Amino acid sequence: MTNSIGEVVDTDCMFVIGSNTTENHPIIGAKMKQALKKGAKLIVADPRRIELADYADVFLQLKPGTNIALLNGIMNVIIEKGLYDQKYIEERCENFEELVELAKKYPPERAAEICGLDAEDIVKAAVLYAEADKAGIYYTMGITQHTTGTNAVMSVSNLALLCGNVGKESAGVNPLRGQNNVQGACDMGGLPGDLPGYQKVFKPEVIDKFEKAWDVKLSSKVGLTIPEMFNGAHDGSIRFLYIMGENPMVSDPDINHVKESLERLDFLVCQDIFMNETTEFADVVLPAASFAEKDGTFSNTERRVQRVRKAIEPVGDSKADWKILMELMNYLGYEKKYLSPADIMDEIASVTPSYGGISYNRLDNGGIQWPCPDKDHPGTKYLHKIAISRGKGLFMPSEYVESAELPDHDYPYVLTTGRILYHYHTRTMTGRVEGINKLAPSSYVEINEETANRLGIEDGDRVQITSRRGQIETNASITDIIDDGVLFMPFHFADGAANYLTNSAMDPVAKISELKVAAVRIEKVNGNKSEVV
Amino acid sequence: MNIVINGIHYEVEKNTTILQACRKAGIDIPTLCHDDRLEPFASCRMCLVEIEGSNKLVTSCSTVVKDNMVVYTHSDKIIEARKDVLDLLVGNHPLECLSCDKSGQCKLQDYCYEYGIIESSYNGDRREPYVDTSNPFYDYDARKCILCGLCVRVCDELQCTSAIGFGNRGFDTVVTTPFNEGLINSKCVSCGNCVSVCPVGALTPKVQKYRHWESKEVQTTCSYCGVGCQLNLIVKGDKVVGAQPSKEGPNDGLLCVKGKFAYKFINHPDRIKTPLIKRNGKFEEASWDEAYRLIRRKINGIKEESGSEAFAGLTSARCTNEENYLFQKLFRAVIGTNNIDHCARL
Amino acid sequence: MSDVKLTIDGQKVTVANGTSILEAAKQIGIKIPALCYDPNLEVVAACRLCIVEIEGSNKLQTSCSTRVKEGMVVHTESEKVVETRKDVLQLLLDSHPNDCLTCQKAGDCFLQKYAYEYDLKFREHDGAMRPELLDTSSPYILKDDAKCILCGKCVRTCAQVSERQVLTFAERGYDTYIACDANQTLETSSCVSCNRCVTVCPVGALVDKRQLSKLRSWEGSSRVVNCKRCDYGCEFEIVSKDNKNISVVAKPPTNGRPLCLKGRLNTELEYLNQPEAPYRKIDGRFEETTWSKALSLDGILEKIEKMDSIKGSTGEE
Repeated sequence: MTNSIGEVVDTDCMFVIGSNTTENHPIIGAKMKQALKKGAKLIVADPRRIELADYADVFLQLKPGTNIALLNGIMNVIIEKGLYDQKYIEERCENFEELVELAKKYPPERAAEICGLDAEDIVKAAVLYAEADKAGIYYTMGITQHTTGTNAVMSVSNLALLCGNVGKESAGVNPLRGQNNVQGACDMGGLPGDLPGYQKVFKPEVIDKFEKAWDVKLSSKVGLTIPEMFNGAHDGSIRFLYIMGENPMVSDPDINHVKESLERLDFLVCQDIFMNETTEFADVVLPAASFAEKDGTFSNTERRVQRVRKAIEPVGDSKADWKILMELMNYLGYEKKYLSPADIMDEIASVTPSYGGISYNRLDNGGIQWPCPDKDHPGTKYLHKIAISRGKGLFMPSEYVESAELPDHDYPYVLTTGRILYHYHTRTMTGRVEGINKLAPSSYVEINEETANRLGIEDGDRVQITSRRGQIETNASITDIIDDGVLFMPFHFADGAANYLTNSAMDPVAKISELKVAAVRIEKVNGNKSEVV
Repeated sequence: MNIVINGIHYEVEKNTTILQACRKAGIDIPTLCHDDRLEPFASCRMCLVEIEGSNKLVTSCSTVVKDNMVVYTHSDKIIEARKDVLDLLVGNHPLECLSCDKSGQCKLQDYCYEYGIIESSYNGDRREPYVDTSNPFYDYDARKCILCGLCVRVCDELQCTSAIGFGNRGFDTVVTTPFNEGLINSKCVSCGNCVSVCPVGALTPKVQKYRHWESKEVQTTCSYCGVGCQLNLIVKGDKVVGAQPSKEGPNDGLLCVKGKFAYKFINHPDRIKTPLIKRNGKFEEASWDEAYRLIRRKINGIKEESGSEAFAGLTSARCTNEENYLFQKLFRAVIGTNNIDHCARL
Repeated sequence: MSDVKLTIDGQKVTVANGTSILEAAKQIGIKIPALCYDPNLEVVAACRLCIVEIEGSNKLQTSCSTRVKEGMVVHTESEKVVETRKDVLQLLLDSHPNDCLTCQKAGDCFLQKYAYEYDLKFREHDGAMRPELLDTSSPYILKDDAKCILCGKCVRTCAQVSERQVLTFAERGYDTYIACDANQTLETSSCVSCNRCVTVCPVGALVDKRQLSKLRSWEGSSRVVNCKRCDYGCEFEIVSKDNKNISVVAKPPTNGRPLCLKGRLNTELEYLNQPEAPYRKIDGRFEETTWSKALSLDGILEKIEKMDSIKGSTGEE
């Protein structure tokens, strides 16, 4: 997020696109609703009529995979009506002309046709967004999990820059990060091309710095992303895989391919708190301590580094992940010893400029938002305040391109996937909470009434869904919150897992799979009425 | 603005309530229905104070300071008024502190102790028993409800779900869902924010038994979504038995159903408790030393045969910064490859 | 002493011959509930709460008074045991006032603890309750007979110091109560306010009056100090809240430590921010007094003053 969670309540207009905020970031969802009570406007764009849509001034129920067309259409209206922030663009942005050229190609009528919307609604949304003093855009995987995800993010950023909403309080471009420490995992260099603090492995001066700091030789070759790792395991070039706290056998697209890849590995180490669908393939399983059993820090979606504190001793013989990793490094001949996570944070601060001023002593007085370059720096509430970080905000106009897989005669429906309020990722944790399972017991697929009528499917029926990659059975949930021809499944459940169906086709830059659009067919299973709903 | 509280002079900003002025001055005013995050409700009458020149006692939570106001917070008249309030509340409250799970952190109990209300002097009607146990995480017991309205207002003003409201009238008022359909059939999203603010034992989690005085609280960061809510884990012995939102941090005292109630995985019997090594297709328990040695042997062997690029690691968005840092350091500095990634894209 | 092997709740345990079942269970982490048992006091097996089931025996046995035997198989939480314990506790609750709301002992009360563990509540009944006898005569001890469960721990601990022996059982059956000497009050009796009885009382029948209305058992924090008044070094708890030391609580007397009022007052004076005025008992009457009198320092203080002034006036190094 460029801005902070607390700023949401003071915004004038919220544009929520590809985010079911009240279910997936419930506290931010609550803050959005607080903002509405204070008079903020709301635009929601989503293929499903999610809760926020009920409060929206404009709800755009677009077809999955058409975000860029919508965003370009909105920018067309803003430019045509002259509602953009000319002074801001002149002072702080570049490449505006190219954006104007592109936007010309997306009059609201054309955008509406691509997205399956009314042109009037696009105009209304554009005016609402542009006329607000402080307008924030909030998005999640609905924007990114497409083969055109990177371009969609660019388009979001184009829109925000166009109206001068970057570097302003209660506005901004706000991707809401899904997992507790996905921000931190990225910050800490859990990426193939980035050392801690997004310092690029292919830059000689970066390698030089870390070789000195760690006293070892380092590779400057950019590593593999997860899908590339599985491909590597599949073709035999990757022989050893170490998985810490992940369950790709449920969470990753095209599970059949993941399974074959894991089976072909020479050696698989899994480190987790529970056995799961992936640990079954492991050669060694290392028992990790849960978050309640260790000290550390998580970095949340607003870049706030916050303390995790040990409440109980690790259960059984389990150990904190940092301890396991350190001991393994020691076994492998790297002698460095850390007495506590505070020690590790001191090392992080010494090599990561944005974490330079962070220490456990300071964190005891509350979280700190990076960038925090030195120990006197208070942290950063919102980014790009004085100027855009790179110097000038660069418009990156992007054309709408269709999703990799479109419905056809054999696979006539579009399947989109997502999360629900009650479960977290692959349910290894929430699946072990009785009350949660009462409220959300099993996998299901949302089907529009008309689609269901056509196929003779009734609510609660057992249905079979098939894509080019796999086939699963699940329960039908008939609803009017989704359009005819579109199906929605939560991906959390291992039994009836949506990811057997999803498409692993990737965005060429971010290497994100197109989990939000897959072509499928659906049919009723032998008239068997399911017992569980 | 100038204000004299109990004979001492203070300066406060405009639009400050008397309650805020007193708290700022370190003077403790009892409240049952007040929450800084909510609009003043002035229903519990515990925060009464006396203002010089006024016959009537006023509720300090809803009265804004006027310049040169002279306020008394603990005069005999006020103490008597507060005692009357407590007397009436206790008169209609079941005396179950013996076994009530709220005992030890109940504001009604605290104030009765402080103001010496041993039992009620009233012996009139008591509230009709009414319970709603339909939610899988928490229960509502109207007998213990003091109608402070905190739950209703938090649900409406902060959580903005408006699942609950006041039902019936007068003496029979209860907190309920529309048409008494029961919490499970209402709009309730089980966030438990009503439970977190209830000052008495009317809204209580449906979980394992513990007494407040046997537990301790540890502030930490929620391990679910990326919001990073601050919460206090309630610990009894070696078990986590509850969670309470913290007012510090981005969540401002709120939690969702996962943060508030989905902590039971921590002490779940399924937890892996020892290293496991697969032998002949079956996992067998092993020591840490055995596991580390096996991994070392495999790493050294594969590295010799295929080089560092034959290795890959998935680090975790569930683990801490320090752990993610060490994981990539293990791969980059010790194994020698940049093949590190995690589920940021899922 | 030879060892004995037995099984308690399915766990095998080896203990020294002569050990009670209750103590043997404690060694393997099984806490058998008990109200009248105290390892420092004579065993009387009065409260019946520590009963257990022993295989081969029809009758439930009190585990505090039954010694282990080789091969014994004991169940401490069998259905029969639990039912009986519930009956015992319910009867105690039936004649106990329902005032945990404000009772000073709440949070630290064994009757409350066990009632919670065994899911019991006060119930309304028309039967007799203990008479409301409240002895407020002492500034140090509040004796509330209505809350007494007649476990007799106070009587036994008082008797351990030969020159005290103030507390005794009086009357019989349901009318039994704990008396001071021959029906005196705490004030008129020979009680020396050592608070031994307070430290062992499992309920709110004997409480330290200087704690009243100050804070609840679960509030604040505490640390243990040793009294410096004499060589026994009795233990006291300094209870503090909001960085203020609020009260001094006597810890149970162990290892022959006697506890005494002077030591407690001495500790109060040393640690508390605002100690309450001390009282002295003179001819069976409590009188507020000065600290130097309460601690018998009058003569010494005078002399210290005198010595210091001599030193000061002569300017000696």
